[in-house]
Amino acid sequence: MADNSKGIAIVGGRVIDPSQDIDRLATVLIKDGVMEEVTAKPLAKAPDSYDVIDVAGQVVTPGFIDVHTHLRDPGEEHKETIETGTMAAARGGFTTICAMPNTVPCQDNANVIEAVLKRASEVGLVRVLPIGAITVGRHGEQLADMAELAAAGVIGFSDDGDPVADPNLMRQALSYASGLGLPIMNHPQEPALTRGAQMNEGPIANRLGLTGWPNEAESSMVARDVELAALTGGRLHECHISARQSIDAIRRAKERGLNVTAEATPHHLTLTDTWVLGEHGDDNGVVRSGAYDTSTKVNPPLRTQDDVDALIEALADGTIDLIATDHAPHAITDKLCTYQEAANGIANLETAFASVLSLHHRDAVSLPVLIERMTAAPARFLGMDIGTMKKGSTADITIFNPDLDWTVDPSEMATLGKHTPLAGTQMKGRVTTTIFGGKVIWDIAAVAPIG
Amino acid sequence: MPEETEQREILDANEIRRALTRVAHQILERNHGVEGLSLVGIHSGGIPIARRLAAAIEAVEGTFIPVGALDPRLYRDDLRSAAAQPVQPTEIDFDVEGRPVVLVDDVLATGRTIRAAMDALIDFGRPSSIQLAVLLDRGHRELPIRADYVGKNVPTASDEQIKVLLQEEDGRDSVVLIRGVERKQANGSA
Amino acid sequence: MARRSTSAVVSTQERKPTPSKGRQVVSTSGVAAARPGLWSEGKRHLLDLDEMSRTEIEEILRNADGMKEVLSRNVRKTPALRGKTIITLFFENSTRTRVSFEQAGKVLGADVINVTASSSSVSKGESLLNTIRTLESMQIDVLVMRHPHSGAPYFVANHIDAAVINAGDGTHAHPTQALLDLFTIESHLGSIAGKKVAIVGDILYSRVARSNLWGLKTMGADVTVFGPPTLMPPELRDQPDIAKVAGSMEEAVDQADVVMMLRIQKERQSAGHLPSMREYSTRFGLNAKRLKLARPGALVMHPGPMNEGIEISPDVAHGAQAVIEDQVANGVAVRMAVLYTLAARSSVGR
Repeated sequence: MADNSKGIAIVGGRVIDPSQDIDRLATVLIKDGVMEEVTAKPLAKAPDSYDVIDVAGQVVTPGFIDVHTHLRDPGEEHKETIETGTMAAARGGFTTICAMPNTVPCQDNANVIEAVLKRASEVGLVRVLPIGAITVGRHGEQLADMAELAAAGVIGFSDDGDPVADPNLMRQALSYASGLGLPIMNHPQEPALTRGAQMNEGPIANRLGLTGWPNEAESSMVARDVELAALTGGRLHECHISARQSIDAIRRAKERGLNVTAEATPHHLTLTDTWVLGEHGDDNGVVRSGAYDTSTKVNPPLRTQDDVDALIEALADGTIDLIATDHAPHAITDKLCTYQEAANGIANLETAFASVLSLHHRDAVSLPVLIERMTAAPARFLGMDIGTMKKGSTADITIFNPDLDWTVDPSEMATLGKHTPLAGTQMKGRVTTTIFGGKVIWDIAAVAPIG
Repeated sequence: MPEETEQREILDANEIRRALTRVAHQILERNHGVEGLSLVGIHSGGIPIARRLAAAIEAVEGTFIPVGALDPRLYRDDLRSAAAQPVQPTEIDFDVEGRPVVLVDDVLATGRTIRAAMDALIDFGRPSSIQLAVLLDRGHRELPIRADYVGKNVPTASDEQIKVLLQEEDGRDSVVLIRGVERKQANGSA
Repeated sequence: MARRSTSAVVSTQERKPTPSKGRQVVSTSGVAAARPGLWSEGKRHLLDLDEMSRTEIEEILRNADGMKEVLSRNVRKTPALRGKTIITLFFENSTRTRVSFEQAGKVLGADVINVTASSSSVSKGESLLNTIRTLESMQIDVLVMRHPHSGAPYFVANHIDAAVINAGDGTHAHPTQALLDLFTIESHLGSIAGKKVAIVGDILYSRVARSNLWGLKTMGADVTVFGPPTLMPPELRDQPDIAKVAGSMEEAVDQADVVMMLRIQKERQSAGHLPSMREYSTRFGLNAKRLKLARPGALVMHPGPMNEGIEISPDVAHGAQAVIEDQVANGVAVRMAVLYTLAARSSVGR
């Protein structure tokens, strides 16, 4: 472990900092918890007063930022706690996470926000930024005290898990929040089009006899939200986009110069509805006993390859601004049941980066663009001086080995949510070291030998 | 299949014919004629034998005796191997209650099939007597069962298999002893 | 009790099908005397017909022939499954299917225990997993299960040693119904291959239709489907190898050897899939006039229970061409064949 007073020199790595257009071999120097320098060329020898972290063959980037995490704390500590959730974040390379408000009680008032911030600072692993509820109790009826929430430190508002179904309420929320300079992060899902829906609508759902969830349930609400953002001038952020049609709506909104951003999750960028068949995405034309894999049940549902292709293209061209995990831990029993009974959500903080790194490995998205979508872009969204290695900024650093082969083993994950469709899957690339405020909070070598 | 199998014909067509004719006469003698008598062949090898015996009896007595077919599969004591072949419909469209019935099979070995067949037959009524006629008795009994009528006794070793070929199924009549067959590939317990 | 992970339970053979497996006609000369049955080694459950080869379906149908004869006897009882315990676990009401399985099990000599959701601890909020773990601790051999959720028997099959028979799961599958339909077609028409079968009604939400589509395809029938566009999987139009989609009732029934009518659920109306039942009847119902378009002597089938006057007119439902009561009778024979085959598979000591 590094001693804060000494300074850290990270040597031998490829440094990618999209906020400064840096992509070169360099030495990274940290002093007193803040960034000192990314050298123009690798130093032959680190200065004496620095602890050296040798990361030859690895990549050094600003710490990842996740604007969409479910920590379940307070109220559902059997699913996740701030302690286990932030540990999972650290292992996944995230130094900043934004906590969604669907806690119990929900984050619709300053007291709960203050409790979350207090608990997060006691744990002290990564930066936790709370998101306030849009409506009281997330019931979609009356606006929460948004100014009070803003004063307490929320970075935006969301009823995530549920949409703001009432268009007038959505209009008022966008309008009111615009006065606070904060975004409305909507969960786009038209309820009337998803009654009883279990998975993506289409041939796989029909074969499995599961009620379908059409793309248009998402895109119709995205289109509505875009118009309301135009009407109000508010800041609109669309959560976990999954459908090609939604991307079209967001692209047009951006062309109109509206204040609209959007996120995509690692699972929607990499998995399809064939994963519900339980054969790690293989479709043999037969429903086998591993089908109805509840770990694949997620809201919005895993879509088709056409949607995945559209999402990747949108991530590359910036229509999708940023990658967010939608890490949604649940208790084991919430997934040990029929598909219909199963809770929505994938626990993915610890697999998120390896998932999206596969897009780089198959040349779909360049590494600097991928890193930008997890650092500079969410920092811009938050309006904060993080996600960068600029001199004087806080020393949040993520180091990963892009070629490290590993197998996802949920029992080894820090999160209490052990449900992931990737269980048993081979991944290529893994975060090896996470530094938060100049302090090493995750070091894979301390757990298992690299390689 | 093992390379060193050896086949030997132990009954030819004429010998089979003579053996069945003799058995037919024995059945008539024992039962004092054909009154109330019926034959029930056990699936699948016993059915053509039963038909031939009926024909031989008819040739002597000029009377047709009813012939039934019985699949004792659902009565066997080895469910797993019994289920290796589909259950065949049993056809006994005559009354067996209070009458003598001759069960007919091609080969008698462990006696387990006969035990099952007797249980099955009794579900169709209570015969006055159940007799057993077989073309061959190869020994290896595992139950206290004995044939009333035997075409030929053929002592065999456990690695020997008996194959009964009949005109109706195989296009010729012959009984062959096959040596050097692994036990598990031999005919199921007969 | 063995507890398995989702991935570990699937047998090697199930997980890695060889391209040559199934779907080819195997000689029926009975040469395979020493084989442990035609039903694939390692297959323990009956969840749907999509996993069954033609040979495996034929094995069930041939056994059903033998079972049907047993049902015609005065003494309808055999000791084949004596000592075996079968539990029927029904989370949905279905007198017809449950009684059919119960009778099938009893004729084969098994002990049959009926559990219904209303009488079990399920109504006290016990989870499905705990319910089946409790049942399994009673040393059961076969679990016959009906559940309103699609895939529920698949979930259970991953957590139980007993053989699981899907007796209907949500809107997914009803394999024994499809098998008895195949058996009924075959026993009336002699064969299934090449026969034109029209399936009419709610194709999208019908577990009967879905299992029949797999079974009929595997057995080589020529299937035509028809129903309201709101109740038709759109992708079927691109899958002529599974079924043709007809544009009218007349087209669907034309020259059909079999007309299989599906029950229309009243809740489709409240969910907005349908206008009035009167309109449904006029557009999608089977009556004597339409039946005349089918081949002479075409079979009229219905899985029951029927909405007479809606999807099928009473004169047709009870007419000479209707084999609906045969379907029910054949259901017992087919379920005997299924129970026998699976119980024999799962038998260890005998």
